[in-house]
Amino acid sequence: MEPWQRAEVPGPVKAVLITKPEVVAALIKRAKRPLFVVGTGSLGGNGEKSPLEYVVRIARAGKVPLVATAHAAVELRKRGVQPAARMAMVEICSRLTDPKWSLHGDGQPHDLVLMLGLGPYYMEWLMGSGLKSFAPHLRTISLNRVYQPHCSWSFPNMSEEEWYKNLEKIAEELER
Amino acid sequence: MRIKADELQLPWLRAKGLELNLGRVVREWEEEEGPTPMPDIASLREWDKKLLRRYKPFYLPFCDLCCLCTFGKCDLSRGKRGGCGIDMGGQLSRIVLLSCCIGASTHCGHARHMLDELIEKYGRDHPLDVGGENVYLEAPTIRLVTGIKPRTLGDLEDVLDYCETELVHLLSCTHTGQEGDNLDFESKVFHAGMIDHVVMEVADIAQISAYGFPKADPEAHLVELGMGVIDRSKPVILVIGHNVPPAIGVANYLARENLEDQVEVCGICCTAIDLTRYSRKAKIVGPISFQLRFVRSGVADVIMVDEQCIRADILREAQKVNAVLITTHYKNFQGLPDRTRDPVEGIVKDLVEGKLPGVAILDSEKAGEVAVRVAMQIAPRRRKMGLIPPEEKVMEEARRCTSCFSCVRACPNTLPIPQALAEAGKGDLKPLSELYEPCVGCGRCEQEGICPVGIKPHTLILGAHRLETAEERFKMRAGRGAIQDVEIRRVGQPIVMGEIPGVLALVGCSNFPGSWKEVARIAEEFARRKYILCTTGCSAMAIGMYRDENGQSLYETYPGVFDAGGIVNCGSCVANSHIAGAAIKIANIFAKRRLRSNYEEIADYIHNRVGAVGVAWGAYSQKASSIASGFWRLGVPVIVGPHGSKYRRALLGRKEDPEAWKVIDARTGKEVYVGPVPEHLFFMAETVEEAMVAIPKLCMRANDTARGRSMKLNHYIDLHRKLFGELPDDLHLFVRTAADIPVTMKDEVMAFLKEKGWKEFENPNPDPTLVPRLVRAKEG
Ligand code: SF4
Ligand code: SF4
Ligand code: SF4
Repeated sequence: MEPWQRAEVPGPVKAVLITKPEVVAALIKRAKRPLFVVGTGSLGGNGEKSPLEYVVRIARAGKVPLVATAHAAVELRKRGVQPAARMAMVEICSRLTDPKWSLHGDGQPHDLVLMLGLGPYYMEWLMGSGLKSFAPHLRTISLNRVYQPHCSWSFPNMSEEEWYKNLEKIAEELER
Repeated sequence: MRIKADELQLPWLRAKGLELNLGRVVREWEEEEGPTPMPDIASLREWDKKLLRRYKPFYLPFCDLCCLCTFGKCDLSRGKRGGCGIDMGGQLSRIVLLSCCIGASTHCGHARHMLDELIEKYGRDHPLDVGGENVYLEAPTIRLVTGIKPRTLGDLEDVLDYCETELVHLLSCTHTGQEGDNLDFESKVFHAGMIDHVVMEVADIAQISAYGFPKADPEAHLVELGMGVIDRSKPVILVIGHNVPPAIGVANYLARENLEDQVEVCGICCTAIDLTRYSRKAKIVGPISFQLRFVRSGVADVIMVDEQCIRADILREAQKVNAVLITTHYKNFQGLPDRTRDPVEGIVKDLVEGKLPGVAILDSEKAGEVAVRVAMQIAPRRRKMGLIPPEEKVMEEARRCTSCFSCVRACPNTLPIPQALAEAGKGDLKPLSELYEPCVGCGRCEQEGICPVGIKPHTLILGAHRLETAEERFKMRAGRGAIQDVEIRRVGQPIVMGEIPGVLALVGCSNFPGSWKEVARIAEEFARRKYILCTTGCSAMAIGMYRDENGQSLYETYPGVFDAGGIVNCGSCVANSHIAGAAIKIANIFAKRRLRSNYEEIADYIHNRVGAVGVAWGAYSQKASSIASGFWRLGVPVIVGPHGSKYRRALLGRKEDPEAWKVIDARTGKEVYVGPVPEHLFFMAETVEEAMVAIPKLCMRANDTARGRSMKLNHYIDLHRKLFGELPDDLHLFVRTAADIPVTMKDEVMAFLKEKGWKEFENPNPDPTLVPRLVRAKEG
């Protein structure tokens, strides 16, 4: 699988492709301390559906606390969801490299981070790579529509339609 | 002292290219020498480590590999080390150092080259004058770092000698098998940045003094700016780059021959800025991202380039529109023959007859004359042949798009090209035209093999925007250079006490993540809020390329004074030195801190007291990284836009860690908690809104008075509420006592603080320092 931006060649260790969305649901269920980081790249949509809708459903059903970056929090609140924290992308991701840090402040690190729409593609790419090298205690899942090879798991590049189907499946699995 | 002679004939000696170096003759001056004259890499390491303890690097590998030596490629991901033993943190800090060495060396090379030329023309004894009576402190950074008080152009040579030595040592540290510790690399990064600020100051005060640029003048003239201001009925000469002497050669020739009204001279990037500081007739096309679009418009008959930020394919692009290229610097020959020593007549003839696509002429005055004569002769024949297609052609081309998204994947800003082309194909050019602003003009979407059907998206965007482009007519204040001593006296106290809420530097290149107007939006917001705004380079242009609600550019609406609500255009990239210089001057002129070779104390002062923050929203270059690192060593935070995350590391504070935010009270020697101020040293914002909320927050300082802090909090809370829709959740860390709370927000903030279990700070107003030797209390 090729990364979305043409020249972004990552290195030998690349994300495992998510071919079955059920796997993501299982990983979330299995995680002890998951976290969902959502950025402004999640605010788009095709008029009918919006990625944020799925963010909310997945977070609720999977009981995953949400961290919103930039003004993503504003949109979440419009959907009746108050994120657990609003932080800048570098603020949350740098803290995640600290094995003693968690949102709950209990000294136990998070073990799984879901990411969606952390700004432009390349910025999320860099956050993924920062976590890959400096947060060995952590596994990361990109739920973006495009391949993010620095994460532990990522969707491949796909159409919007397919993407929503996959997100729907994850949400359904968790809601079951 | 350096003596140079091309040819020397004495009864007892005959020599060619003689150069004698007689060591440095240091002229003494009134101020006593401080602890670190001409610091080497080790001298300020302790200070750097203090900052790095607060602001930890967060590394962002662009790729997992290192390929710097033949042991490689080495995979450094997930804790692995390379064949030389380096780990990912070491490698990334080394890359940052490399970038800063490139940036600082570029400014240093530019300064040296220009200084040599100015000394040849004006003499070594030509006095430095950056603002007459108004600027007694003419070279704050040079004095602070080197201990030299320069009086003449010749004195600046000694300064550059020192800087060149440091840069060679710094670059050598990036060799395989040198430094192994990432924090020591970071300290060297700071050193490179500090040197960069020195050499930028050298370059700018030399050119201000020799060429008579505006001298710290808040009312420097207004310059015409935009693609639409260029008079295409005349022969047009376009200058691009950063080293202004050849462009001044053009202006001089036009003035000498009384041709100023017959030939249009315009520029892109910093040469344009510096040329308009020299000539009131010159115009500015736009920032560096306008290179391709303006060249392809075919308006320029002659393109003259010097150094830095010039497209490597400028010759190919010039040839496509039959424009003549003149290169003027040995850093950038573009493969053209060096005709420096040939007579002007012959060069002009060869170019006019099309025997050569261009020439290199390394003599500024000669290059200027050739440019004018060639432009005048070829202009009638060229008829401004351009490559921008008319609207019908755009629509026709658009219909061929197969929506494969290949161009989108090549575009740094992931612009929705196929969607816009689909609309254009149906006759609506608006969506395509709207891509003009967020397009950074890189041309990647048009490269070989990108579009399977051979569409040229960038060119089509220009076609769709053709009519609006002709209306791009703006105004920018010419670069004024330094900040006056009297201005510093006026604002020193309100800044240090926090009553002017901050000094905001909007600087850097034009690799913006969206429209350039986002920079103007920041400028307008903070000028209204009575911050002091300083700007330089392409950002200064971006601020100008916008009209406010009165239809004016912000330079017309806001004054050019260094005072609350002023928008101060200092000049080109090298004029960034005046922004750092202003902070240094506050410490010296207002607070009477000793300046001469006293770096640590001054940086400590600035870090704890001067609420300044830099925003480089479109930073792309290595120079931008070294400029930023010079600010870091002074303890001044820098915010970059999303593309800035590709610099590969942030420097971030952890606001929740009370230990990180202790200072020493210089009155008592006791440690005091002051809260996370400023919270970060290098921060990447995801959106312009996030940057706008971060600015007031990063302007808070340990020394703020209650009145000052309440004003800063007022802006922080207000912007947070406006852009993020609620109170900031970290307010309790910034409110030291109830007196800090903005009056109009008292109830709401108090309720929030109560919820957080907030307590008043023990000692809200210490005399803050991070340097134990600055404690005044006697032991026992
Ligand atoms: S410099 Fe070190 S890490 Fe880089 S390629 Fe050489 S051995 Fe490998
Ligand atoms: S020229 Fe413009 S549209 Fe084309 S790739 Fe560059 S930024 Fe994108
Ligand atoms: S690469 Fe060409 S065909 Fe493909 S989307 Fe872009 S313009 Fe259309």
